[in-house]
Amino acid sequence: MPILEGKSVVKYFGGLVAAAYVDFHVDKGEIVGLIGPNGAGKTTLFNLISGSLAPTSGSIGFKGEDITGLKPHQICRRGIARTFQLVKLFGNMTVLENVLFGSLFGKSMTSARSTAETESSELLEFVGLSGMGHILAKELSLANQKRLEIARAMATKAELLLLDEVMAGLNPAEVDKAVDLVKDIRNKGTTVFMIEHVMKAIMGISDRIIVLHFGTKIAEGTPDEIAKDKKVIEVYLGLEAHAES
Amino acid sequence: MISARSLFFSRSARTFLPILILVLLATAPVYASLYTLISLSNVFMYIVLTVSWAVFSGPSRYISLASAAFFGIGIYVSAILGNVLPFPVVVFIGGLLSFLVALLVGLSSLRLRGMYFTIFTFGLSELIRHSVHWWEVNMTGTVGRWVVAVDQTIVYYAMLIIVMMTVLVAYTISRSRLGFALRGIGESEDAADHMGVSVNALKIITFAISTFFMGTAGAVMATRWTYIDPSIAFNPLFSFMPVLMAIFGGIAQIVGQIIGATALTVLADILLTKFPYYYMLSYGVILVAVILFLPGGLMALQAPMKNWYERSFVK
Repeated sequence: MPILEGKSVVKYFGGLVAAAYVDFHVDKGEIVGLIGPNGAGKTTLFNLISGSLAPTSGSIGFKGEDITGLKPHQICRRGIARTFQLVKLFGNMTVLENVLFGSLFGKSMTSARSTAETESSELLEFVGLSGMGHILAKELSLANQKRLEIARAMATKAELLLLDEVMAGLNPAEVDKAVDLVKDIRNKGTTVFMIEHVMKAIMGISDRIIVLHFGTKIAEGTPDEIAKDKKVIEVYLGLEAHAES
Repeated sequence: MISARSLFFSRSARTFLPILILVLLATAPVYASLYTLISLSNVFMYIVLTVSWAVFSGPSRYISLASAAFFGIGIYVSAILGNVLPFPVVVFIGGLLSFLVALLVGLSSLRLRGMYFTIFTFGLSELIRHSVHWWEVNMTGTVGRWVVAVDQTIVYYAMLIIVMMTVLVAYTISRSRLGFALRGIGESEDAADHMGVSVNALKIITFAISTFFMGTAGAVMATRWTYIDPSIAFNPLFSFMPVLMAIFGGIAQIVGQIIGATALTVLADILLTKFPYYYMLSYGVILVAVILFLPGGLMALQAPMKNWYERSFVK
């Protein structure tokens, strides 16, 4: 049973097609990876799902409901939360306040501040930021800012998390920790749809991978299938490299 | 023994001091001169403009330069309805009309961000001023209007009440979920939107609430000036001063906004009466100095002053 389902999603920016009749689905409890070269339309697809952009045509459904063209806050309240490729934290708020924000306004809409604070502290501990609640968000390291963005997204009580390159810019040790965190999130029962360039990481944790190229879905399957897919190798390594191998 | 520290910085002083000030202000007409009352009303006017401007523009960082428009709407309501309806009703209508106009403005402008919003609000304010001017010249036949005068003590108390309401509402909003959401919008509107905040609705409603108080202040102050015309009522200074005053005092806290409005109004009064020729020059120099050397406003002096006090007086 898919929790998220897109049917022939199209998005034009003027004459440029950023998503061309993309069909995709994410099942409940899955970790699905979204990969593709730069400019393939990955973030655009996330923007279409989260409501930052409205598709030119096609439809996106969440838990059987049509969410095409809804505003970001409406989509968040239905249970989809995201992180951003370039971190968008509330820099001059404390780490705890950032998570509280998600808790107070997201799908959870926690009304009691004390409950929200307890939940937020637990989430900070979960992502490995316990003891940093009082620090201003802008003062965290990039790795920790990305963790904070995940905690803030989780605080909305989202059932589906869209993670946009949470491992970009991290060192190998930090990537390993981030991989563990994503697994933990799934084990908590949250479905994960993630864009990632760190191949080792995405191949290791995804149940299924979708490959985009120039706005078109060129492959879909398990990490093993994707690694052997001719089209994917062409796109990533070039036609000649493939021919030589 | 009461130490100097407990006198100025303790928790009890923080609750006691505002009450003391309020009692002194409430009884001022008994002991203060008429000149003092008029000066104080002037201070109140700028406190209302500054604090209400900062309710929206402070946390959301949407710098509005339309305060003059809403203040002027209140003034014109007073001029048109002043001899028809009772004073409190006129004042309320002044606020209500500002609120309604702000809703319309909000619907049409809050999709604009940053500098574009600022320029739009300034242009809007000027548009209203010129439209009213055109109307008065071509339809009414006179540029100005007379406003029914109201007793200075009543003006004083009306302004005091509006100040208290403005501060109370500003404080309530800053402590509420609404205030928290506005701070989120100021930090990252995209992120706030994606966290479930309906950013446009919140921006519009807060903007409109903040202009209500500007309108009421305009309706009251108009009665003191007795003669108004579009360039008095919609004077762009009423848009610029609140911004400067909030920054001067410290935009992040209501106390800072109040101190900024009070300090600059009193300063302008003193400079204008004592040094009429150098008024604008010295005023400008002081403003620039504070903004350059105290980016956090006068409130930024709080911590060093507290330290100095403790070192000097607390053994």
